[in-house]
Amino acid sequence: MDWTIFFVVASFGTYIGIALWARAGSTNDFYVAGHDVHPMINGMATAADWMSAASFLSMAGLIASLGYGGSVYLMGWTGGYVLLALLLAPFLREFGKFTVPDFVGDRYYSTAARVIAVICALFVSFTYIAGQMSGVGIAFSRFLGVDFNTGILVGMGIVFIYAVLGGMKGVTYTQVAQYCVLIFAYTVPAIFISMMITGNPVPQLGFISNVRGEDVSMLENLNQVVTELGFIEYTSTNKSWIDVFAITGALMFGTAGLPHVIIRFFTVGSASAARVSAGWALVFIALLYTVAPAVGAFARYNIIDTVNETTYIETDDYAAAAEGITSDGGTPVPEWFKNWERTGLVGFEDQNGDGLMQIRGPNAPDGLANEVTINNDISVLASPEIAQLPEWVIGLMVAGGLAAALSTAAGLLMVISSAISHDLCRRTLFKGMSDKTELRIARVAAAGAVAAAGLMGMNTAKLAFVAQVVAFAFGLAAASLFPIIFLGIFWKRMNKEGAIASMAFGLISTFSYIYYFKFVDTDPSHWFLGVSPEGIGFVFMFFSAIIGIVVSLVTAPPPQDIQDLVEDIRVPGTRTRHGSVDDDMGPMDDHTPTPAE
Amino acid sequence: MSNEPTKMDAKGYWSATVKLTISLLVIWFAVSYGAGVLLRDVLDNVSIGGAPLGFWFAQQGSIYVFVALIFYYCFAMNKIERKYGVKG
Repeated sequence: MDWTIFFVVASFGTYIGIALWARAGSTNDFYVAGHDVHPMINGMATAADWMSAASFLSMAGLIASLGYGGSVYLMGWTGGYVLLALLLAPFLREFGKFTVPDFVGDRYYSTAARVIAVICALFVSFTYIAGQMSGVGIAFSRFLGVDFNTGILVGMGIVFIYAVLGGMKGVTYTQVAQYCVLIFAYTVPAIFISMMITGNPVPQLGFISNVRGEDVSMLENLNQVVTELGFIEYTSTNKSWIDVFAITGALMFGTAGLPHVIIRFFTVGSASAARVSAGWALVFIALLYTVAPAVGAFARYNIIDTVNETTYIETDDYAAAAEGITSDGGTPVPEWFKNWERTGLVGFEDQNGDGLMQIRGPNAPDGLANEVTINNDISVLASPEIAQLPEWVIGLMVAGGLAAALSTAAGLLMVISSAISHDLCRRTLFKGMSDKTELRIARVAAAGAVAAAGLMGMNTAKLAFVAQVVAFAFGLAAASLFPIIFLGIFWKRMNKEGAIASMAFGLISTFSYIYYFKFVDTDPSHWFLGVSPEGIGFVFMFFSAIIGIVVSLVTAPPPQDIQDLVEDIRVPGTRTRHGSVDDDMGPMDDHTPTPAE
Repeated sequence: MSNEPTKMDAKGYWSATVKLTISLLVIWFAVSYGAGVLLRDVLDNVSIGGAPLGFWFAQQGSIYVFVALIFYYCFAMNKIERKYGVKG
């Protein structure tokens, strides 16, 4: 408890200190940190921005329970960066403005397209941020003994200080600090556990090593243990390959289309810096993402090993009861299980009345029923306790989980605030607004968004719901934003009508499909082509692109000025004022030649 | 910009960029969807440190290749930029 408070207070103090140091003076600072962040620093900030409470707390647990099926998250959430680096980031940086709707509105010379892009960006960001806030609430309520809602209020207060004061500049430098906290917190316990199970301190190598002191590999052993209990092999899946393919695709293209990830690449100095920065981002992400499958496998192994066939303890006096069981020759339920039982995230129901805790899969050879329920989300947070690591490691994990949630929340807030102040107010409603007024509105919008996100977090306390709405975020980003940004760069002929049709189709079809199969008809046999709601964004992305192309071909080509704009953003260092005729703000690059018009 | 060694060739630059992008995306597809999903059953017959190879690609190998791909892209793009006189 004391260590936890120490780490949380120390890390929060650091974030606030950084925020006061990196205050934003102009909209340029507030939206894009002055366009001059070092590529590696931006890569680190992007990694923290990207890795959310879901990556930190839930992903390894999902992998632990899904085995091979969990690969969709690993490939999907990293492979998207290849798409981002090759297809989007350098060109959007060359475009040289602030936001995703900025690009959509200018490239498709249309206020309607800009407003639809704002709607997509807001929808995606709000569904995502609610999950972060409730992650903060859970971490506080379990470890600091404060109420769930109070936890969210504290988290809101911290984000408020650095996002509202510092804007993108403050967010960038706090995210760097948060990355350091979260990666340290994630790897330290993993190293300890890898040592314990395999004797190899590098988790990525422990993953493919033998069990310590035995002649069988960790994964083979795990396969054997889980099949004996009636689960399917850890290294296989019962998902269809089409569905695995589609979910991986939706997550990859969704990642590349997420506004809060894209805008991070507006903060570096040039197109080539944006490319390098995407590389660094993936290095820093891979540090966690290659450890996660090891953490997942070890967690599955440890949970079965420490809980299965132990004697349950009913009373509150754990120590005395455990001693009694041990002296009778039995094994008591581990203490971590009793600690977590209070949160309701683990549970035991003695089906056969033998007082022992049986973990069983659906096809258990001995015919016994499963009696133990363990929520996936505890695999990471409880892993230090399960492996009986020193108490300071647990404190570190909590600080890491909070860092992951807060850094992502801040990145999302920047999207929400810039979509409102810049895209809606300055570019759509009140075109003559001064920089100073816009900055003030941006701060107010950020503050409003913090409050809204906190309220949403308090009301989406149910974890299952949060996990489900995340499918919306990725599916919508993949089907509505990715195709028009990609085609806008790689296909000059794509026009306003095509873009609007494509975005509208992507948004409506994906939303309806996910809503229908998540909340109305949950029978998987009715899925279109056997694709789950999680993966449908990938399928609709192709339809949405085709619709965009067909509609563009049957309507008038975009004006020459816009085609010149596309030429400009394809070749670094050639950006001029093309496409900026209807506003008073030229591109923000230093190397831009003076306007010819 | 009179001291530029070569005259800028924007068309050549763009077609070289597109060609490079396509070939890297082929590798990107091969290590993730290929090795990790479509060919998994075949590759799983081979094992790397006790992990079936297809499974390993899906959970580890593809990520390492992704990182290498982006840095190679940066390197190759710098070369293309020099070749066609584009100032990144």
